[in-house]
Amino acid sequence: MTDPLHMTAAQQAELIRGGDVSASEVFDFWRGRAEADDLGSYLWVADEAPAELGELPPVAVKDLFCVEGVPSGAASRILKGYRPPYTATSVRKLREAGAAVLGKTNQDEFAMGSSNENSGYGPVQNPWDRTRVPGGSSGGSAAAVAAGTAPWAIGTDTGGSIRQPAALCGVVGLKPTYGAVSRYGMIAFASSLDQCGPLTRDVTDAALLFRHLVGRDPCDSTSLEFPEEVPLPSAERLDGLRFGVWGLSEEGLDPGVADVVRETLGTIEQLGGAVEEVDLPSARHGIAAYYVIAPAEASANLARYDGVRYGPRAAVDGDLTAMYEQTRHDGFGEEVRRRIMIGTYALSSGYYEAYYGTAQRVRTRIAEDFRAAFERVDFVVTPTSPTVAFKLGERTADPLAMYLSDYFTVPMPLAGIPAVSIPCGLSEGLPVGFQIAGPAFSEGRILDAAYALEGAIGFEGVPRT
Amino acid sequence: MIDREQVLHVARLARLRLSEEEVERMAGEMSTILGHVETMNELDLEGVEPTSHVVELQNVLREDVPRECLPRERALEQAPDVADGGFRVPTPRHG
Repeated sequence: MTDPLHMTAAQQAELIRGGDVSASEVFDFWRGRAEADDLGSYLWVADEAPAELGELPPVAVKDLFCVEGVPSGAASRILKGYRPPYTATSVRKLREAGAAVLGKTNQDEFAMGSSNENSGYGPVQNPWDRTRVPGGSSGGSAAAVAAGTAPWAIGTDTGGSIRQPAALCGVVGLKPTYGAVSRYGMIAFASSLDQCGPLTRDVTDAALLFRHLVGRDPCDSTSLEFPEEVPLPSAERLDGLRFGVWGLSEEGLDPGVADVVRETLGTIEQLGGAVEEVDLPSARHGIAAYYVIAPAEASANLARYDGVRYGPRAAVDGDLTAMYEQTRHDGFGEEVRRRIMIGTYALSSGYYEAYYGTAQRVRTRIAEDFRAAFERVDFVVTPTSPTVAFKLGERTADPLAMYLSDYFTVPMPLAGIPAVSIPCGLSEGLPVGFQIAGPAFSEGRILDAAYALEGAIGFEGVPRT
Repeated sequence: MIDREQVLHVARLARLRLSEEEVERMAGEMSTILGHVETMNELDLEGVEPTSHVVELQNVLREDVPRECLPRERALEQAPDVADGGFRVPTPRHG
């Protein structure tokens, strides 16, 4: 059969549909690739194809998605060995569309991190340079797609966890509108921000996977019916579209990244689009607000891990409280403990209004900034990450420096709006991501613009061997 | 600045045991992070409504009809200690 390694998922689906290859040949090919992964991308690989296979190639799934009978633990030791009794709606929908689960991908524990170094099971290496991080928290999904150990993958994005690793690994990553995809069966981090989305080799694959993920789910009361069938992208030009650039003069933006992003703005103009600057005056406080809201919600969501219903229990000669405290000490990694502490502090008596209340008001302001911007422009565009992939270990000693990796990606989930990251070039031989954000439910238009841009940029992925 | 006593208080609230060394480190890290968080106060937020949910949703009512739920044995299957159809835990208070 033709080598699926050098084909997009959509092309493979075409071959399966046409009867040129069987779905099980495609599945076995990718199973072999996933088994041979040596970047640390996977925590579990399916040992055989399911009895019935559909017409889509298999999908790699971030570890925090519950899949019945399959180890699903958000890369946390506190869920070691956990095999859920039910399956996440997003995974169920992909299976129904014909994509089997290929494996569970490594991630930062409970999706808390920007480098995948907070996994309870070891870091993931970036396929462009093994001494560097793949980004996070969906680092395993991004690395697997980039290295060709998965045809495509899903991850989750709370403050940038799909878009930033996609940028650092040179793949496409879409964070949908809040509510577009059901969160049922996703191990929760910050419930008002978490969204599931695709990480893929190109924009068409992202649209194809996303179209099967959307829809209202009675099991997630915050999910919404997507207003249209997600169209597959086809635009070649950007005539008449206005792109508002944000953040190119921000301190902390790497000059090499800024150069590649400026070239991309030139490409937009060559395709007929108009580029102007927009100001999002409150968005620069996004990180501050995010690092109250996300830890606060996490501290509540993670209260359930106490050694009673699932996961290992610490052997303690003491009372119930002693058992809780020791189980949580042993099971949670350092970053998770740090965020539980920050969140608990921010919600504690006397501090709630000063921290959580203020952060929620900043959130309102950021949403208003975007609304004002979208009166003037169709899209807001930014660099996805202020830097290219950094070295493993470079930022682990400085939590705040790590948090600032999310500078350009945090405002969108705070406003609940969708954004895609596409690879737009190389700086220092490493991929740079270009982010395109639009109003709620504008995924179809965002992906169309990204598709036109992708065609003009002609980004070559990391060589797959 | 977050001091040692505050760290220990919050750790108790969060049911987290921290080693001596972790208490010291946590005090420093929390102070740095909360120091950055407080830059939010540079914004004038007078009269701004807080956002708890980004999508304008109305409450949707449904019929209150019983549905199948997870069978008890499935729900107990992953627990570290099960007895008499329930989760067994150490005694709530020692002694």
